[in-house]
Order: sequence, then structure tokens, then C-alpha cells
Amino acid sequence: MIKENLFKYLSLFAALCSIIFLFGIIFSIFREGLPIFKTAGLFKFLFGTAWYPTSEPAEFGILPLIVGSIVVTIGALIVSIPLGLGSAIYLSEMAKPGTREILKPFIELLAGIPSVIFGLFGMAFLSPFIMRLFHLNTGLNAFTASIILGLMVVPIISSLSEDAISAVPKSLREAAYALGANKWETIKKVILPAAKSGIIASIILGFGRSIGETMVVLMVAGGSAMIPKSIFQPVRPMTSAIAAEMGETVVGDDHYRALFGIAIVLFIIIFASNLITESVKRKIKR
Amino acid sequence: MTVRTFKQTLWLTLIRLAIFISILFLLVFLILIFVRGGKVLSLSFLTEAPRDGMTKGGIFPAIIGTFYLTIGSILFALPLGVLAAIYLSEYAKPSFWVSTIRTAINTLAGVPSIVFGLFGLALFVNIFGFGVSILSGSLTLGILVLPTIINASEEAIKTVPLDFREAAYALGATKRQTIMKVVLPTALPSILTGAIISVGRAAGETAPILFTAATFYTRKLPKSILDEVMALPYHIYALMTEGTAPKYQVPIAYGTAVVLLLLVLSINLVAIIIRYRIRRKKKW
Repeated sequence: MIKENLFKYLSLFAALCSIIFLFGIIFSIFREGLPIFKTAGLFKFLFGTAWYPTSEPAEFGILPLIVGSIVVTIGALIVSIPLGLGSAIYLSEMAKPGTREILKPFIELLAGIPSVIFGLFGMAFLSPFIMRLFHLNTGLNAFTASIILGLMVVPIISSLSEDAISAVPKSLREAAYALGANKWETIKKVILPAAKSGIIASIILGFGRSIGETMVVLMVAGGSAMIPKSIFQPVRPMTSAIAAEMGETVVGDDHYRALFGIAIVLFIIIFASNLITESVKRKIKR
Repeated sequence: MTVRTFKQTLWLTLIRLAIFISILFLLVFLILIFVRGGKVLSLSFLTEAPRDGMTKGGIFPAIIGTFYLTIGSILFALPLGVLAAIYLSEYAKPSFWVSTIRTAINTLAGVPSIVFGLFGLALFVNIFGFGVSILSGSLTLGILVLPTIINASEEAIKTVPLDFREAAYALGATKRQTIMKVVLPTALPSILTGAIISVGRAAGETAPILFTAATFYTRKLPKSILDEVMALPYHIYALMTEGTAPKYQVPIAYGTAVVLLLLVLSINLVAIIIRYRIRRKKKW
């Protein structure tokens, strides 16, 4: 009997570890990061436009980094929503079973490729190409980063949207055809509205993945901590600032704390988008 | 052609175009990496240490480093994840705590990898004093892949038919014996699939090991789990952004990318094959 209970409580403990780790993450980034909100001022930290963490006196305004993240993420979604959603519609509504069996794993393969290899591709191949194509000073900019990031997010949007589209009952399609609708009209007026919540959930997940992705933006976005005037200018998204600058800091100094402060902002954004996805998913289940 | 048919043709063509572009990109991407990286691949590239400030030689220490980090992360996360999945599927009754655990798992799965890196830096490197080491990196990567392992294991355990459990109980087995002798062995292949996919993920992650495990250059191989290591993904990043001789470094980066890509793709292939064999063998 002791063995029985021991095993039960051991497994309970393992399950509780997820909560422990999550709180560990929250606790550690807040412990290290919160002091900077006091030193720099919360408002000045969030909305200051000057990010000069190493100059004297240092300035910690992360607005350029937030704008960098948002620009690159929106760009990535502009690339990935049509491609991902189009792929999902094709795979579930138009492809023959044989074609589908080949194409689907192929697109899923895209999701398993390490992001640093996408970064390498963007840095060594795509950015020189973009530079020549648009006659720019540098190909390492928000535009190039958006394209690479967007293509990375395609399989996320595609596979989740496909699940949602496949879940639409066949009877709905047949009813639409019986009313004389053609294939596109059925897709547009019946299937997409019915799969709407699942598609939205996939887009929010894609948003979270883009804004949290580090290696691609670190290598491809150019790294300039200024509010960009056009999408062809280099930017420094939040994740890339953390990754690039942590090595220069001393444990416990203001710069170190500011980078943890950025992580707090990032975590809150991701947490909020997760909550939205969860509630959308719950809606689908009902 | 009526307006309706025209619209249909137009939109269906655009949809075909969307999947065509996605596939085309993937092909161009893979071909480019394999062609450029294939040129530098050789046996000595895989078995030698880097020389002359990263401009010559091979990537052996990075292969070893990635091997240790991935094995370490799985040793930590697999038992923990499987036990958690056992609790969630066999013991837990719907309650506030269980839904909190599930929310925690889902949230953990969405936390950006760089934030895991910061957590590892604050907790394992600084507070626990493990330093930049295999241990810190493995623990960080282990926590990162934990949600994947829990979810895959839970799915696997759920597919074990109720009859199996009832048969075990009828023979007088206790709950623990049923789980250990009947449920787990039946679910094992599917659990392994999840674990293998996590291995692929852990091997390819860069951001979590930036501050917790990886170093650009070390001549010696790690002697203990408290040593820092080179790692394949970090090596690609470092070759592209540090050093002074991009002319020699970029080809090595491509070569490293091919090795990493082959590693991750073959790991995923193994998972696919196991899954296929389970489906074929399943008789219940």
C-alpha cells in the first residue's frame, strides 16, 4: 500500500513540476527585471524612444524594440496567413488523397527545421538578394526578417487551420452544393465561416511564435535600436536585444535588469495571446 | 464564362499558388543548404576540432556538445514528463488543480525560447551556481521540451484501451502494477515517438543555450557536466556573427547546418517510422 501511494504522489509531484517551473520562470524574470521599472521609471521604460544601455548616463527606453518586434511580426503574418491558410484549404478541400499524403508531411517538415538554419539562409542568401533587388544599403532589415519569419510560421498556421477545416461536417458542404453553390462559394461562405475560430486560434499561435522567435531576427533583422521609418530599415526586436546584449552585461547591473525587464514585457504579451487562444479553443469544443 | 465561374477559377488558382510558393521555398531552402554545405562535408570535417581561429578544421566538439546536451535534457524531461502524464491520465479527477496544471503546461509550451534561456541563466547558472555548463543547458532544454513530452505521453496513454486495465484489475493487480506492467508497455512506442520529436527540438534550439551552456570555441572536449561545450546550432550562429574571416567561416557554417539538418531530419524520420509501425501492428 505504501508503494501504491508513493507512486501516486510521485506522479502528482511530477505533474506539479509544470506549475513549479512556470512560476520559477515568472518569479526569476520578475525578480531580476522588476527593479529596472523603478530605476528607469515604468512609463519611460515602456515608451522611451532612446535605447542606449551602455552610454553614460544610460537610457532604457524600449519603445524602438517593441516597435521592431511588432513590425517584424506583422510582416511575418502578412506572409504566413495567405500562404498557410491557402495551403490548409488546398490540402483539405482540393488535393487528391495521394497528393495530400505527400505534401502534408513535406510542409510539416518546415516546422522541424531549427530556426538558426533559417537565420543562416536569411543572412547568407536572402539578404544579399534583397539588397540588390531593392538597391538598399543593407539586406539585413525588417523586410527580410519578416519574409523568413513568415515562412517559418506557415506550417503552424497551415496545420492548425487544416484541422479546423477538416472538422467542418461533410453535411454542411453537401448542403451548400445542393443549393447550387460552386466549390469556391462553398469554401468562402460555408467552410471558412464554420472553421473561423480554429483559424483565428492558428493565427494567434503564429503571432506568438513570431514575436517570441529569437535566432532569425537576431541574425537577419539588422539590429538597429531605432524606430524604423520604413520596412527596409534594420530593426532590433525585443528577443534579439536580449540575446545580443546579455553577454555584455554584469549580473545585477541596470542593463542586465533592463534585459530581464524586456523579458517581462515579452512574457506578458505571450501570456495574453495564450489566454485568447485557450478561450477560442474552449469555444470550439462547445 | 460567368462571373461566378471566373471568381472560382481566380480564387482556386490563388490557393494553388499559396501551396506552390510554400513548397517551392522549402525546396530552394533545402537544396541551397545541402549544395553549399555539401561541399565542405568530409570525414575529417566530422571528426576534427576547429583550427586557426575557426577558419579551418572540423566541428567534432560541437557534435559531441549537442549530443551531451540533448541526452541530458531527455534524461531529465522524459521520466518527469511520463510521470506527469500518468498522473493526469490515470489518477487525476477533474478539479481546479488539474486545470491549473494543464494551463501551466500550455503556457510553458508558448514561452519564447529566449525566456527559457534567461530563466536558466538566473536559476541554474547564477543561483544554483552550475555556471555555463552542460548541466545548466540540459536542464533548461529539458524544461523547454517538457510540455511536448507530457502531451505526447498523455495522448499515448489515452489510446490504451480500458479493457486492458480492467483485465489487469481482474487478475488482482493494483493500480500501480497495472500502470507499470500493462499501460506503460502498451503506450511505450507512442511515448517514444514523442520523446524522439523532443530530441530533435532540443538538438536544434539555440536561444536557450546562449547563456547557459554554449561557448564559441573550446579546444578540449568536456570532461564533466559542469564544463561548457560547443553546440551545433550555436556554432552556426557564432560563425555567422563573430570572428573576422567570413570568407572561410560562412562555408563552415553551411557545412554545420547540413550536419544539424541531417541530424534533425533523421530523428524526425525515425519518429515517423515508429509511428507507422505502431499503426500497422496495432491489433486492438
